[in-house]
Amino acid sequence: MEFTSVLFYIFSFFFVTSAVMMITARNTAKAALLLILTFFSAASLWLLLEAEFLAITLILIYVGAVMVLFMFVIKMLDTDKSTLRAQFTRYLPLGIFVSIVVIAQMVLVLNAGQFDLEVIGVPERHDASYSNITAIAEQLYTVYVYPFELAAILLLIAIIAAITLVHRNQLRSKKQNISEQVNVQAKDRMRFASIKPKSSKESK
Amino acid sequence: MIALSDYLILSSIVFCIGLAGIFINRTNIIMLLMCVELILAAVNTNFIAFSYFNGDLAGQVFVFFILTVAAAEVAIGLAILTLMFRSRGSIDIDVTNTLKG
Repeated sequence: MEFTSVLFYIFSFFFVTSAVMMITARNTAKAALLLILTFFSAASLWLLLEAEFLAITLILIYVGAVMVLFMFVIKMLDTDKSTLRAQFTRYLPLGIFVSIVVIAQMVLVLNAGQFDLEVIGVPERHDASYSNITAIAEQLYTVYVYPFELAAILLLIAIIAAITLVHRNQLRSKKQNISEQVNVQAKDRMRFASIKPKSSKESK
Repeated sequence: MIALSDYLILSSIVFCIGLAGIFINRTNIIMLLMCVELILAAVNTNFIAFSYFNGDLAGQVFVFFILTVAAAEVAIGLAILTLMFRSRGSIDIDVTNTLKG
């Protein structure tokens, strides 16, 4: 057995085991930590598939940003008190049944031989001078430049939507009140102040 | 040598684990969001496996966009979750029955 095959089985063991432990965890914070382990093993599998850029991106963005956001929300909302686990066993048989049926169908379809190495050929490994990031960047900035810009706009929309959803108090906002601005009179804006001028002799 | 079908079977197993997680944890919205993330990780593994075995980088570019959209989805989903906790004091799905639909 090759060394990469051994690595594949180790990483997939962690992948599946941590996923099972995540969905059955009673504590939500523990589930988030197990999901981080799942992402790490997924990133290791992607490294085996020569997708270095996406593996690093998965760890940086998902473990570094998204899961930290999850942990913040879990700790902020105090979910352990409000979590209902009464229906845990009620839908457990249905979930297991559906999963086993879908897995059996997938295995029957995928293991039929059309994806074997003899059929699609063994892909050759790139040498050490090959840069996955350069190859992806060439694709992203030429063929997929328009979807790339759209993704940037989507992230901007997500930022604005998240801030406007959560931001509640209008403490320091410079929001305009249109009716107040239209109904303003001249006397509201200007004030005549009568200031007595000092005599020039006193100032001297 | 690991074949393409091994990667596909592995990702389908993880996909179904995420599906079962949605069935099991159907009262906790945070767990539902995390199960969706699990499903997305399985699907991304599928894309990258096809990209590697076909020698085509389009699959990896697509995974890049999936990661972008999923990050936006999580940000807005957690914002909505925070709003719901403020107004109802709980994040269980069972309390979101005020529409009587």
